[in-house]
Amino acid sequence: MSIFLLRRVLTLAATLIGASIIIFLVLDALPGNAAQMLMGADASPDAVRALTVKLGLDQPLLYRYLLWLKGMAVGDLGNSYVYGTPVLGLIAERLVLTIPLALLSMSITVVLALTAGIYTAANHNRIGDVGVMSLTQVGIALPNFWFAILLILLFAVKLQWLSAGGFAGWDDGIWQGIRSLLLPAISLALVQAAILARVTRSAVLEVLREDFVRTARAKGLSKREVLWEHVLRNAMIPVMTVMGLQFANLLAGTIVIENVFYLPGLGRLIFQSIANRDLIVVRNCVMLLAAMVVTVNFAVDVLYAFIDPRIKVHNL
Amino acid sequence: MSSASTVTTDLMAAGPPATGFWRRALRHRSFVLGGTLVLLVIAAALISLVWTPWPPYDIDIAAKLKPPSAAHWLGTDALGRDIVSLLLVGARSTIMVGVIAVGIGLTFGVCLGLVAAARKGWIAELILRMSDFTFAFPAVLSAIMLAAAIGPGMVTSITAIGIFQIPIFVRVTRGSANAIWAREFVLAARASGKGGFRITVEHVLPNILPVLIVQATIQFALAILAEAALSYLGLGTQPPQPSWGRMLNDAQTLLFQSPMLAVYPGAAIAIAVLGLNLLGDGLRDLLDPRLARER
Repeated sequence: MSIFLLRRVLTLAATLIGASIIIFLVLDALPGNAAQMLMGADASPDAVRALTVKLGLDQPLLYRYLLWLKGMAVGDLGNSYVYGTPVLGLIAERLVLTIPLALLSMSITVVLALTAGIYTAANHNRIGDVGVMSLTQVGIALPNFWFAILLILLFAVKLQWLSAGGFAGWDDGIWQGIRSLLLPAISLALVQAAILARVTRSAVLEVLREDFVRTARAKGLSKREVLWEHVLRNAMIPVMTVMGLQFANLLAGTIVIENVFYLPGLGRLIFQSIANRDLIVVRNCVMLLAAMVVTVNFAVDVLYAFIDPRIKVHNL
Repeated sequence: MSSASTVTTDLMAAGPPATGFWRRALRHRSFVLGGTLVLLVIAAALISLVWTPWPPYDIDIAAKLKPPSAAHWLGTDALGRDIVSLLLVGARSTIMVGVIAVGIGLTFGVCLGLVAAARKGWIAELILRMSDFTFAFPAVLSAIMLAAAIGPGMVTSITAIGIFQIPIFVRVTRGSANAIWAREFVLAARASGKGGFRITVEHVLPNILPVLIVQATIQFALAILAEAALSYLGLGTQPPQPSWGRMLNDAQTLLFQSPMLAVYPGAAIAIAVLGLNLLGDGLRDLLDPRLARER
């Protein structure tokens, strides 16, 4: 197990370093002089030169990259080119929204998907199964940002139960915050729930065909008892893997949904920074999101190996 | 990946003749419905090349936000442009981005996947690790980086979506090709003196083609969703070129005045994606009888 874990940790570290190199090259080397971008094409060469020195952009590329790595290690991501405030503080402010949004939508995804998946598998080939599976087919085809707009149309424009966007913050209590995140979380969850419901259904059906299920039924256990006590535990292994991957998708999805609902999260920060040409903020935000995606995948791999010993043997 | 491998193996065993395939295809509900929806979208794009009800780029402020009528079947937008014309031309952008992005993924992904299957050892390991690494950048993240570096636009969205497709094709190709490499007829080909390249081109590639067609259909649907999201965010297709994602973005500011403007482009995206998903499901059933029985 320790060799498996060590290999996975080394792969994780290599992937993170590789990602940081790509991000640095694309966002620091490719665009040319960030000072020129900030000041615009009409800026005088002297002013551009002064800003270049001030931002440390006159240093060699490798030195700047290593400085960034060192900064990430000690929690100093530098200052925003535009606001002059620490990038870490800007990101931390926005994560207060983005992380709860991703967690809330993941919870909705899991509840919807498991309910639908188990129900359809237990009623295989009946009308309920066909109906729910058709709905999931449609759910997978809907762009989440369009579904978000439809939810706004219904709940904000027509019924006027919820606001069309914005975030109330956590100061007025958790419920006010969750209320602002409800529509965004549902719109993010729909597509993921549709996919996960299909995976759950397949996994449960697969386990239902196993010999031990027939044995359990022959011993006199009811269909319900077999389903809840034997089938689900075994079917959860592939479902959990997909859940982990979906959490990574949800994080990327928040970028789009935050823009639909004008939520001041990480996604909005990235777009504001692109508009302001604040590349240091864009660089660190993209790195954070990429690191989250890679780390969640790593955690799923390790968790999967703990649950199913065959995996680590296969991977050694 | 194991499913991809078994798909390939079964495809080889089945090998349905073309006429039999079409006879079964026309009786398959998913295939027929999906195919019809996809043909509808392709027809819209093709028709827009020669005809649109109104010139799609002409602004007529006097006719802005008109409700549906005989002159404008689905009404007009905030600039007085005809919605039907914009949807027709938007289909063109969607299909173009999808085809090129999937083409990039298919070309690079299949080549790398075939090499990884043919060459074991460090080359395969390097290709697989590189494709794992690409998973760290979902299409939206890649597009954000490229937009910040070189500016937003159709090229940015095509490149970002294309890059994200590569590792998926690498994995599917390698998994399917590995199953073919384990077959007896490949062993016979090796014994007759054929090299890795010839075996790949003459035996492996033709046998994994159906799997790749199914995967390309599914990836096309994902590419359409990604293109719409990027255009919605302003990173993809730029005005005045109409695109469904951009139309949704424009419509969002007019939700209270003209809510239906936000419905049409989204429905168009959903129809295209649903069509491709159903077509992919149908093709998988038709090309792999084992999976069809399990569904």
